[in-house]
Amino acid sequence: MKTTKYLFSGFGGQGILFSGKFLAYKGLTEDKNVSWLPSYGPEMRGGTASCSVIISDESIGSPIIDKTDVLVAMNLPSLDKFEGTVKAGGTIILDSTLIERKVERTDVNVIYLPATRLASENNCPTLANMIIVGKLLKVTGEYDDATIDATLKKVISAKHADMLDVNKKAMEIGANYGD
Amino acid sequence: MVVFDKPKSLADISMHYCPGCTHGIVHRLVAEVIDELGIEGRTIGIAPVGCSVMAYNYFNCDMIEAAHGRAPAVATGVKRANPDEHIVFTYQGDGDLASIGMAETVHSAARNENITIIFINNAIYGMTGGQMAPTSLPGQVTQTSPYGRDVNACGYPVRVCEMLATLDGPEYLERVIVNSVKAVRNANKAIKKAFQNQIDKKGFSLVEVLSTCPTNWGMTPKDALKWVDEKMIPYYPLGVYKDRSAKENK
Amino acid sequence: MANKVLMKGNEAIAEAAIKAGCMHYFGYPITPQTEIAAYMAKRMPKIGGTFLQAESEIAAINMVYGVSAAGYRVMTSSSSPGISLKSEGISYLAGADLPAVIINVQRGGPGLGGIQPSQSDYFQATKGGGHGDFHLIVLAPGSVQEMASLTVKGFELADKYRMPAMILADGTMGQMMEPVELDFDVAPAPEKPWATNGTKMQRKHNIVNSLSLIPEELEKFNFKRFERYKLVEENEAMYEEYKTEDADILVTAYGIASRVTKNAVDEARKKGIKVGLIRPITVWPFPKKPFEKMAEKVKHIVCVELSMGQMIEDVKLAVSCKVPVTLCNRAGGMIPSTEQILAEIEKYAKGE
Repeated sequence: MKTTKYLFSGFGGQGILFSGKFLAYKGLTEDKNVSWLPSYGPEMRGGTASCSVIISDESIGSPIIDKTDVLVAMNLPSLDKFEGTVKAGGTIILDSTLIERKVERTDVNVIYLPATRLASENNCPTLANMIIVGKLLKVTGEYDDATIDATLKKVISAKHADMLDVNKKAMEIGANYGD
Repeated sequence: MVVFDKPKSLADISMHYCPGCTHGIVHRLVAEVIDELGIEGRTIGIAPVGCSVMAYNYFNCDMIEAAHGRAPAVATGVKRANPDEHIVFTYQGDGDLASIGMAETVHSAARNENITIIFINNAIYGMTGGQMAPTSLPGQVTQTSPYGRDVNACGYPVRVCEMLATLDGPEYLERVIVNSVKAVRNANKAIKKAFQNQIDKKGFSLVEVLSTCPTNWGMTPKDALKWVDEKMIPYYPLGVYKDRSAKENK
Repeated sequence: MANKVLMKGNEAIAEAAIKAGCMHYFGYPITPQTEIAAYMAKRMPKIGGTFLQAESEIAAINMVYGVSAAGYRVMTSSSSPGISLKSEGISYLAGADLPAVIINVQRGGPGLGGIQPSQSDYFQATKGGGHGDFHLIVLAPGSVQEMASLTVKGFELADKYRMPAMILADGTMGQMMEPVELDFDVAPAPEKPWATNGTKMQRKHNIVNSLSLIPEELEKFNFKRFERYKLVEENEAMYEEYKTEDADILVTAYGIASRVTKNAVDEARKKGIKVGLIRPITVWPFPKKPFEKMAEKVKHIVCVELSMGQMIEDVKLAVSCKVPVTLCNRAGGMIPSTEQILAEIEKYAKGE
């Protein structure tokens, strides 16, 4: 029985909520229990945005995360705010293009991924978030092409079908970075 | 030959209105129009809070009693529930329509909600015993303006037809009186048009009737009728303030 | 899981209402429930229904009154300050015996307050809210699935008992996404011979009204209405029990508070503490029976709320003060942590 708690955080507009949604849908695709809870309110308009995602084999109690298994931080305020919430032995993935400082914790796994730079170099400047998701799935051992394809079809509406390939590409870039 | 008969749509019970009050005349006109247009079976009336609060007892069509000022919102609900079938009218006084319910009045007009509003303006709160209304005239003595309405302290009366006429929304706005036989005939025409517009799906139609309140004005019924001509009409001129279809047809 | 979709609680409410045959919705924007209005704005025109953004919450509830009087299923939604504005209309709905569904996605108060989740409208929802003697059926969802299923239930109960029903949710329930299954067997609306939808010249005219100037008559109406309320209390109380069988400490919470509390119960059980949870699903009628039963078995009850302590009064009444009942709370938009609740449970487990 496994429960994983993810916290995605960054600026409004970086696709934080979408990344979380992708992960929640992936859980749903795999017949898991899932919950997705966004921060809401004025902070979404250009300020910090975050969302909590829980994926579990069991039914989920609170959708609110006290202790995080995996933290994604896409800006410095988010890292400052949430670094302390990660469980010992948990994982922090951060966008090292936008966050210059190092993680202070020594009891967590840290992945420094220059997601924003990779996104602009690869001609998908709005998809730094999905580059990170690709890496996240790789390090948690959950990168599976078939599930990812099925999930993308659920989160990207038919109207934006042209976005499917580029999202997949972004995830591949993230997954393969540093290998 | 029957020359004077009770309209079918008017209930056969005695009304609670004071002697000399013109509510009775306007009730009768509304019922006549409902009869003439043959719409009793599909008409739903909305009664206000005010002197005509018990209007729901006086018509033979389906009736709803609304909260104070909210009749146009209730009418909106009834109309939207079945827009092709329901014919919906509200019957509201000046406190209900132009004070507490101003937002509902203005916005139902702005939406050109396809309803009919009969607006009784007698420049006073009748049911509560004669307090100042939004339409009380400058200097008018009431229970809550015992020294006469002081416009510096409590502002000026609201001219509803003129105000609503500035909106693009409403279809038809007319102000009438019922203090003579000729005037009553004219009021009948206006009310009929306000219902016909709804049947024709033309939209928001409001007829303002300058009415009397002898009891709270402290006058005889006869003097009250005269007061309408002498005091009210100069402040609230009669006439058609908006008639979109007529204008477009020109 | 094949039929499950991920949806926000607010969206689940909107879609469930449509599934329940609600073709008319009136609202006014206010955070954190606006997704309901947005969803209805998209869907209603496509199915020939009504979406109308009213000029105020007051107008919206009175439009609801009109549609309900005409005999149709109808809904409005808002959040705390907006519900205060609707209170007049809710009292009129109750006074005219009209069914309707009202959604309150609660936020912190009083006054303009904040926009984060809260449960501080419990008194307003369960003890009246408007003027006069009346009750609403108040359903308190604990998941996105229940946001949907209790909305359907709300329409059914409102029609069955001719009274308004309220969904008492909160910002978290409205904003969170969970998988939800939207296939419901909906009880069709009953015949409404009282509706003001035109006599068609085939019946005596109907009057929808809450005015009654003769006190003897008004008293009669009130007594009659409360006979109906008694039936609701007898038949419709709903609750969930979680690990209560051997419990000597009881925790109780509804909505989002119950979700966090469940985690705390699991943690306490890992430590060998015999603790269970009662989650009221209806908060009016309040499910008294399970509390009466537990009052004989437990030494302490902790009531967890996102308020300064409102449901706790009903809990105390339900157990006739036989057992000490204490509050574990956050307020103003804050949510208690699992640790806070766990610490409270441990305190009483040790017999402090």
